[in-house]
Amino acid sequence: MALKPCTATTKEAKVASPNLPVLKERGQREVFCGLTGIVWLHRKMQDAFFLVVGSRTCAHLIQSAAGVMIFAEPRFGTAILGDRDLAGLADANDELERVVAQLLGRRPDIKTLFLVGSCPSEVIKLDLATAAEKLNREYFPQTRILNYSGSGIETTFTQGEDACLGSMVPVLPEKETDEPALMVVGSLADVVEDQFQRLFDRLGVGPVSFFPPRRAAELPEVGKGTKLLVAQPFLSETVRSLLHRGAELLPAPYPFGIEGTTAWLRAAADVWGIGGQAFEEAIAPAVSRAETGLARYRETLNGRKAFFFPDSQLEIPLARFLSRECGMELTEVGTPYIDRMLMDAEIALLPEGTALAEGQDVERQLDRCREAHPDITVCGLGLANPLEAEGMSTKWSIELVFSPLHGYDQAADLAELFARPTERRRRLSV
Amino acid sequence: MELTLWTYEGPPHVGAMRVATSMEQVHYVIHAPQGDTYADLLFTMIERRDRRPPVTYTTFQARDLGGDTAEMVKTSVQDAYDRFQPQVMLVGESCTAELIQDQPGALAQGMNLPVPVVNLELPAYSKKENWGASETLYHLIRTLLLPLVPEPGFQRPERDPQVRPKANILGPTALGFRCRDDIQEVIKLLGEVGVDANVVAPLGATPDDIRRMPDADFNISLYPEISNTVCSWLERSFKQPTVKTVPLGVGATRDFIQEIGDVTGIDVGAVLVRSRSDTLGNWSASRITSTEAPGASRLPWYSRSVDSTYLTGKRVFIFGDATHVLAAARITTEELGFTLVGIGTYSRKFARQVRALAKEHDLEAVITDDYLAVEAAVAEAAPELVLGTQMERHIAKRLGLPCAVISTPIHVQDVPARYSPQMGWEGANVIFDDWVHPLMMGLEEHLIGMFRDDFEFAEGHMSHLHTAAESNSADMEKAVEVAIAAEEQAKPAESAPEEESGVTWAPSGLAELKKIPFFVRGKVKRNTEKFAQGLGITEITVDTLYEAKARIGK
Ligand code: SF4
Ligand code: SF4
Repeated sequence: MALKPCTATTKEAKVASPNLPVLKERGQREVFCGLTGIVWLHRKMQDAFFLVVGSRTCAHLIQSAAGVMIFAEPRFGTAILGDRDLAGLADANDELERVVAQLLGRRPDIKTLFLVGSCPSEVIKLDLATAAEKLNREYFPQTRILNYSGSGIETTFTQGEDACLGSMVPVLPEKETDEPALMVVGSLADVVEDQFQRLFDRLGVGPVSFFPPRRAAELPEVGKGTKLLVAQPFLSETVRSLLHRGAELLPAPYPFGIEGTTAWLRAAADVWGIGGQAFEEAIAPAVSRAETGLARYRETLNGRKAFFFPDSQLEIPLARFLSRECGMELTEVGTPYIDRMLMDAEIALLPEGTALAEGQDVERQLDRCREAHPDITVCGLGLANPLEAEGMSTKWSIELVFSPLHGYDQAADLAELFARPTERRRRLSV
Repeated sequence: MELTLWTYEGPPHVGAMRVATSMEQVHYVIHAPQGDTYADLLFTMIERRDRRPPVTYTTFQARDLGGDTAEMVKTSVQDAYDRFQPQVMLVGESCTAELIQDQPGALAQGMNLPVPVVNLELPAYSKKENWGASETLYHLIRTLLLPLVPEPGFQRPERDPQVRPKANILGPTALGFRCRDDIQEVIKLLGEVGVDANVVAPLGATPDDIRRMPDADFNISLYPEISNTVCSWLERSFKQPTVKTVPLGVGATRDFIQEIGDVTGIDVGAVLVRSRSDTLGNWSASRITSTEAPGASRLPWYSRSVDSTYLTGKRVFIFGDATHVLAAARITTEELGFTLVGIGTYSRKFARQVRALAKEHDLEAVITDDYLAVEAAVAEAAPELVLGTQMERHIAKRLGLPCAVISTPIHVQDVPARYSPQMGWEGANVIFDDWVHPLMMGLEEHLIGMFRDDFEFAEGHMSHLHTAAESNSADMEKAVEVAIAAEEQAKPAESAPEEESGVTWAPSGLAELKKIPFFVRGKVKRNTEKFAQGLGITEITVDTLYEAKARIGK
């Protein structure tokens, strides 16, 4: 990468990175599959529909993860494979076309339809790419049909978003000029997007596009001059595809906490030649607000021990935030997988000796967790109550994905999420 | 291939998990990809279980598929056995593993573990959750009891009349509807007639408990969807008769007691008389200080109380599993005096019974697991109360109708901290409260609607049912119309749209129509149009509206 490392801190800490031993585990994983991403992606892209081609299990997973929020007809569904489809009695492709026709007949407002592959559809080798191509001939441009896999044999939890965005990359329009333009990659809450847009405006960084867009039909352009600022640490494939389209990656930590957000913004500001005084001035008000907000929780969190079960892929950036900005001690930081290209800038900031774990063997990890007796354990929903019953405070990781936590103005909220279980324990006398 | 937005039942292996999680000293190994571990949260979050379900997943990945996934099964089974030391293991697969055909159950059986291994083959592409639970319970019990099955031609010896008869209570499971509390009510009822509970299964049972099941004189199939299969096997193998009445509601509780009397030869006359003779409306010192179970319900007296007259003919729509739907139909019509305006179930296996019952009420049963079809049916029936699952709670919320949950699938608020059974005498009390309360709330809503135009009515005042602003009712109105329109679109040619019928609304008629509460307005509108059309009236005035109302009734 032609770009200089984005912050001084990264440079000095980088030496520590290769020394961090990583415990690689292969055993039972207790992580959702990539289909889960649909729960937030369908809300981000309001004109898109997600049609899972899968089993009753897949349908049940999404509805369990979504908490069955039926306030309107949902913009996702499952085409459930039946015996007839498997026995070859029905041509699965014809069946899929029938289901899509039924769906689009009912929902003509849908501009983009994602066919989402699952474990069963992958195993029976149902070719959703060809199906999408064929359907496009019929429905495009009224509706664009894309496809990706959210299957549990290929993707974990947040990787579903990576696969989804990756499927959109080939259809992004070609950038017309070579002028630098910033693309923020990864779905963010609208409110956070607006905050970042205001910061970029103050800095004089622009034009800025956000990917995914709020409407799937309004695709940002990509090409030479596109600078990628990655907002979510789980977008390995998406970023690689964007690089193939001529974009450049601005390596940076992720915008969690003050330090992460500053380093992240600086990576972009450097390209636009905005540094020193100008940079500091632009971020100063937001930084000072965030510091005030954060101070309140730092007191509660300082010196406490955190333990991460692998789940959302946000573990490493969050651990960095908790350790460097909240003074927490990291007992174990588990994460589903480590992509060095996207994670090195973060790993470099972890304190020396941090126990990193990649993959999972849930039973053994539970043993280690009990042994370590952390003050706060970040884990999935299936583990939270059982650990609480054993006397451990937990924070369920799914909330970390669903809540707006990026950026300066959310830094305190992020800390609060970890302080709340402790505060709750302090209040309760029963 | 079937388009599904929300499902009433999960896949069959989730049914098996419900049985495994119900029991002690049982462990279930599922050959499944990592995403399937989501099912743990159903138990730890919805039921707030304080331990993980006793389930291990192999969590194979794509890169394992070329290699030896069968070996992964064996390793997982061995590790699970070593770590948890169960007395019985269940081994099976979920939808994906079914396709790669490793036959995990057979593999595990070949491992010579020192405990019985039950091979669960639950076809994921044709069956669902309740079937999975039923099969699992059957195979588990059968595996443990097979060595104890007597020779064919065996006759049960006469029970010594000095010894109290014993009953097995079968069917209550984890994630069932109020099973935790229903068990206690049923045990109380048995106590009243002099019967002991032998084994409750699967909820709370150990494999050793299962082995004691043949000691019972009869079985109670408390949750037919899950326990009928095993009960009929027990009937054949051990000559244990099955009590089939489910004691939901006052009438059914009496029938349940009677059926136990018939099966055991016990005279239950006094117990039945007691249940009828006491209103419990006398708050005497002896009553209020007694901790003894009263042997009667307050429901009959509360229902007869003049205060309840307003419940007469309330229009109710019922949807859920067959057991609770059939019971609710009887309770609402015979014990609360409601009118059934719609009924249905997602339990296809029991479609026949539900259809027959619907017919008695001149209705067509809604047999489906498509929640949009249910929503359309609810909107069409224009009920004043919806009794359903958590899906119907959302449908009702959307349509602005009062609702109570009576059946699985459930959400966290359907597992209350307080004791709240549905079965037996106390269950009937709980039902009276739970089903009548939302109606009173509905009434309150209606009053707010009526007084909305009063100057004293503060803008923005809401009853607790509404979370959004009043403009909500417009949304709901729209939702009703959308749902009905969608339904009508779905079955074309059945009825011609009103516009083509040549009937129009005069301004006076339309103005009057707007005064009718929106949740019945659609129905009134359609009825009036049909009425006008039949008489050849082309313009509907206030008078036509009221003539139609007089002719058709409410
Ligand atoms: S959170 Fe409440 S409203 Fe949402 S699905 Fe659960 S029960 Fe329904
Ligand atoms: S892990 Fe596979 S089978 Fe299970 S829900 Fe996810 S995609 Fe469906």
